[in-house]
Amino acid sequence: MFRVDLHPTHVCDCGKFRLRMGQPLPFGATIVPGGVNFSVYSHAATSCKLVLFNKHEKKPFCVIPFKDEFRIGNVFTMIVFDLDFENLEYGFHMDGPFDEKEGHRFDKTKILMDPYSKSIGGRDVWGETPDWDDLYQHRSRIVFDDFDWENDHPLETPVEDLIFYEMHVRGFSKHSSSGIKHPGTFAGIKEKIDYLKELGVNCVELMPIHEFDEFENSRISPATGKMLMNYWGYSNVGFFAPKAGLAATGKFGMQVDECKTLIRELHKNGIEVILDVVFNHTAEGNEKGPYISYRGIDNKTYYLLTPEGYYFNFSGCGNTLNCNNPIVRSMILDCLRYWASDYHVDGFRFDLATILGRDQNGAPMSSPPLLETLAFDPILGKCKLIAEAWDAGGLYQVGSFPSWGRWAEWNGKYRDDLRKFLKGEPGMVGPMSQRLQGSPDMYRWEDRGACASVNFITAHDGFTLYDMVSYNQKNNEANGENNNDGGNDNYSWNCGVEGETDDPEINRLRLKQMKNAAAMLLVSQGTPMILAGDEVANTQGGNNNAYCQDNEISWIDWSRFEKNKDIFNFFCKMIAYRKAHPVLRSRTHFLNKDYKGSGYADITWHGVEAWNADWSPETRTLAFMLCGMHAKGGTCDDNSIYVAMNMHWDAHSFKIPELPDYMSWFLFVNTDAKSPNDICAPGKEKKNKNQSEFLVGPRSVVILTGKDNK
Amino acid sequence: MASEFTITFENDIVTIDLPSRLDATNTEGLQNDLKEFIGKKVEKLVFVATNLEYISSAGLRVIIFAKQKIGVDAHIFLIGAADSILNVIKMSGLDNFMTIQDSL
Repeated sequence: MFRVDLHPTHVCDCGKFRLRMGQPLPFGATIVPGGVNFSVYSHAATSCKLVLFNKHEKKPFCVIPFKDEFRIGNVFTMIVFDLDFENLEYGFHMDGPFDEKEGHRFDKTKILMDPYSKSIGGRDVWGETPDWDDLYQHRSRIVFDDFDWENDHPLETPVEDLIFYEMHVRGFSKHSSSGIKHPGTFAGIKEKIDYLKELGVNCVELMPIHEFDEFENSRISPATGKMLMNYWGYSNVGFFAPKAGLAATGKFGMQVDECKTLIRELHKNGIEVILDVVFNHTAEGNEKGPYISYRGIDNKTYYLLTPEGYYFNFSGCGNTLNCNNPIVRSMILDCLRYWASDYHVDGFRFDLATILGRDQNGAPMSSPPLLETLAFDPILGKCKLIAEAWDAGGLYQVGSFPSWGRWAEWNGKYRDDLRKFLKGEPGMVGPMSQRLQGSPDMYRWEDRGACASVNFITAHDGFTLYDMVSYNQKNNEANGENNNDGGNDNYSWNCGVEGETDDPEINRLRLKQMKNAAAMLLVSQGTPMILAGDEVANTQGGNNNAYCQDNEISWIDWSRFEKNKDIFNFFCKMIAYRKAHPVLRSRTHFLNKDYKGSGYADITWHGVEAWNADWSPETRTLAFMLCGMHAKGGTCDDNSIYVAMNMHWDAHSFKIPELPDYMSWFLFVNTDAKSPNDICAPGKEKKNKNQSEFLVGPRSVVILTGKDNK
Repeated sequence: MASEFTITFENDIVTIDLPSRLDATNTEGLQNDLKEFIGKKVEKLVFVATNLEYISSAGLRVIIFAKQKIGVDAHIFLIGAADSILNVIKMSGLDNFMTIQDSL
């Protein structure tokens, strides 16, 4: 059949390519029979030209103006036939007013990347110095929808059953000690899937993988003489393209396939994939920044601007994306739908997400349309949506992020309270009782459930777990900012000596504190998140802001796996224990009552005296018991679990609540004991000789399983 | 020539001898030639890669094309590919639908 809508009507000036008016939707470049449909929006542009390059070539081989009749509304659209799109890079020239006060910054000399680029060239190999004379640094490319997913499907694991594992694609395996073939890439993670399975995590949260420029603000550290780079990547060049430099096949332009292959293989192994997405700003920076795309295509649409036409800086990175402009909102929605449907990702973590709830003047909105749209979107309907509920403009919404029952939050209060309790600060048993049961004080008022809380002690931002028990002060000198960058409220404790030490007692205490932290995290209601490398006691040498350190400071040192098998083993067994016990994974908050007739409430609080928790400020001991008959809201049976936490520097004897005659307490964890007696395999617990009392060592956690005597 | 390929069809087996380079300069020709086999009874598609030194994304796409358009019911073989080529194929996930052998 001959399709009239695919019949060329025009020829470009050079005579080489036939043209016709295109379809305005979808935006971006789409392969159609015989050609490519290009479509780009600009509200204020007066004209637009398509600029075509052969891959890697500096000069375009053709520049084709969008004819007046090829514009519909504010969309320039055109089909170009006969293109060798395997070998194509494209961009746009946009003409229009340059009037800073009005917010317009058109410059028709610039070559602009398509905001909907599905693949972006220009930084194909990580760290390879770009040609700075190239007028087109980040080059739009065309992708093919021919990946073989082999019936893969997002896993849709209930969020309460997940254990997040936050990792940087490059940092996870770049260190020479990783011992793999393709270090620092998507393919490298694939090689380490067996390791992830051994650890037991079932969801990786990938730090930014959208195309970013590792050379953005690159410089030499005056402190170390090493190159500092935009290593973390919280600064998007493009939202639809995976970063080529994170793919071993980036130099072949196969990053899309490599990334999809990783996701498919993780899914085959029961591991979900969540992307850390950065919709709060772009890599174009402020007024002095480069033209990459958005600034030159429609500055006023894409960015929040002051009345004088300057960039609002709620992100702390020079500009702020105008998220609640309908055009930008649609772009974000299109982007997330694309990653959910074309890449099968299981969810998203939104960096500085409160910016997504600011109106076009920067003021917080009560019902932000973007957040509501994402909450109710049909394609994202099963995706996990997680907010980092604060921004650099001072908007802090942990516990109050607009959720519509769909959004979870990185719970920064969990992190801070657990750290304070762990180091023995007074006044923490009350807050800890809330954190351990999914922070009902923060989330119950809106009936958001325990899984609104993503519980974490460490994340990429801040100390690693090992550093948290080894440093009182940050050591960010290598970042070249006179140690002024990075947070100061770390609530860390070095256990007696700052930094590395040979003192065996201090090292033993650090090890125990790491186990205490892991134990409390993994028995908390809500969804736990582990920072990659914490399970091998990875260190950044006290650097709590390694955003620019593309080197051994931030790369996980896998030689620590051999040195620290003890802590790895502890993490593995704690994760296995959490998975084995649904009573630890309630979707809803506890009701603090016995609605199953078991004789025990779903959760009960204790101290050194059973049934009598001491809530006074100087108390550093706390215990709780979960009744197995109330597991998952009473929908399934489980063992009961008793957790005693002594964060005091002296040992304390805890009276244990009595069980029915047919049940006994069995010891699962005692962090005061040396490995291998600190933890056992779940189900292999030994029965306590003393069923009524347990001496909990100084700064120690004990976990008992209550089960049938048989 | 570095870019020339040969295709033979015998006993329901299509054998493609790949040149030293498979990239945008020669994939279109190969793809067009392979289109001849769409709808024919093909038991095996054999890519002989013993001379192949470089493959671009366009080259890889031809293999995907062959699998999707010709080889739905056929077995795909890749013979004699160098490690560098195999790495690209494995990293991009194409090894899942083909049998990789050192020799015929």
